[in-house]
Amino acid sequence: MSQWLLSRRVLSVLLLFLCAPAFAQDKTIVVASTTSTQDSGLFGYLLPIVQDKIGVEVKVLAQGTGQALDTARRGDADVVFVHAKSAEEKFLAEGFGVKRYPVMYNDFVIVGPRDDPAGIRGGGVATALQAIKTRQAPFISRGDRSGTHIAELALWKDAGIDIARDRGDWYKEIGQGMGAALNTASAIGAYVLSDRGTWLSFKNRGDLAILVEGDKRLFNQYGVMLVNPAKHPSVKTEAGQRFIDWLVSPEGQNEIAGYKIEGKQLFYPNADDPNA
Amino acid sequence: MNDFAQALQIATGLVGQFDAELRDIVILSLAVSLSASCLAFVLGSPLGTALAVYRLPGKAALIVAANALLGLPPVVVGLVVYLLLSRSGPFGFLGLLFTPTAMALAQTILCIPIVVALVHRMTADLWATYGDGLLVDGASRVRAIATLMNIGRERLMVAFLAAFGRAIAEVGAIIIVGGNIRGYTRTMTTSIALETSKGELSFALALGIILVTLSMAVSALSHLFSRALNR
Repeated sequence: MSQWLLSRRVLSVLLLFLCAPAFAQDKTIVVASTTSTQDSGLFGYLLPIVQDKIGVEVKVLAQGTGQALDTARRGDADVVFVHAKSAEEKFLAEGFGVKRYPVMYNDFVIVGPRDDPAGIRGGGVATALQAIKTRQAPFISRGDRSGTHIAELALWKDAGIDIARDRGDWYKEIGQGMGAALNTASAIGAYVLSDRGTWLSFKNRGDLAILVEGDKRLFNQYGVMLVNPAKHPSVKTEAGQRFIDWLVSPEGQNEIAGYKIEGKQLFYPNADDPNA
Repeated sequence: MNDFAQALQIATGLVGQFDAELRDIVILSLAVSLSASCLAFVLGSPLGTALAVYRLPGKAALIVAANALLGLPPVVVGLVVYLLLSRSGPFGFLGLLFTPTAMALAQTILCIPIVVALVHRMTADLWATYGDGLLVDGASRVRAIATLMNIGRERLMVAFLAAFGRAIAEVGAIIIVGGNIRGYTRTMTTSIALETSKGELSFALALGIILVTLSMAVSALSHLFSRALNR
């Protein structure tokens, strides 16, 4: 019988240990964000600074813009930090967000095999996508309603291509994050749209290289919003707003500008641009 | 082969340096999966034995259900637990979503059918051998369940290990209900998924090597433990 008692004691200790963090303090917030902010290493760099300067502990869910906004709609996050202005404005119009603050931008790039079978190197986005479609060169789509996926769909449309109709075997929707899309592109030698931050920090590049960049259509704006406490009373308004205020403050903006990989700046702060 | 050699080198490096973040990830993985498999064992093994001992209406259906649920997809369990624990779900007021507790809960649900099905299979044999004798000796059926579990304790360990193996290896359920939050709900399997997505394939494989080694250690310890019980 003593073994039973022993195992029960072990169990209760384990359960206690597991339950303890459930009584989360008001200084801990959940931020639903995108895979790019995590995979690029930005949060790993920024969060210890946030904890240090304003005493807010941030738990990050790296989900992709569509899923992050849905998580917030259900009341399971306090703040959303995403990159698809149209989806963010819809979220606000539905009353789930309090206010949208522009935070920073970087840009998208089209990445593909170095030997560039569709011949898109150095051109504009629209001609590149048209060439990929005409040549039926393999193209990896995120297919997950993420900010990058939403941007990709808009770029096809801008290029005059109805991708829902014109897609073929060459257009592969993988339904996964940016890293997985780059891994797949690297494995089969395909083209893919990536945010620059994730690309710069990505390690399994294989034969991939940046082929198209600098087109102004490739602009990628990030915004942050507090989830509306009127919809979800569980939202930690005070700590959430403090985090947002810091991100858009001169100090927070400076820290964002200071994040670099191999000497290259990944994100450009622009909280002072009301139209961003 | 270069990838594998590199992974092995990284793995030994990580273990050698006693990396603090890795240590916390390992502790969390073990705490979540051991809690889940212990809880599933405590709930499931008496149930499995009872299914061998009692004649109940609907017993066959329960056994079929437990066996069918051996293949319960973790991602489905994760989704169901997510919807239950979400702030918009029936248990949202508990504030458990994206916590280790939620992860242990999801894994417990995954493990219970394994324990019930395996324990039933094992104790049914024992019941066929000892059942009549136990009842002739005047033991009640409740008492008989305790006796059978005691006789079969070594076999029960196998059921526990199968449950633990399921829990420590799965990623589908915990990545949904835990959210893979760094320093809080990130486990070995969710780290491997993350590192793979970052293109850090050798690092991911190194974590995999450590995970497999850990499961082997737990299995070996359990065997030592069950041998000690039989002394």
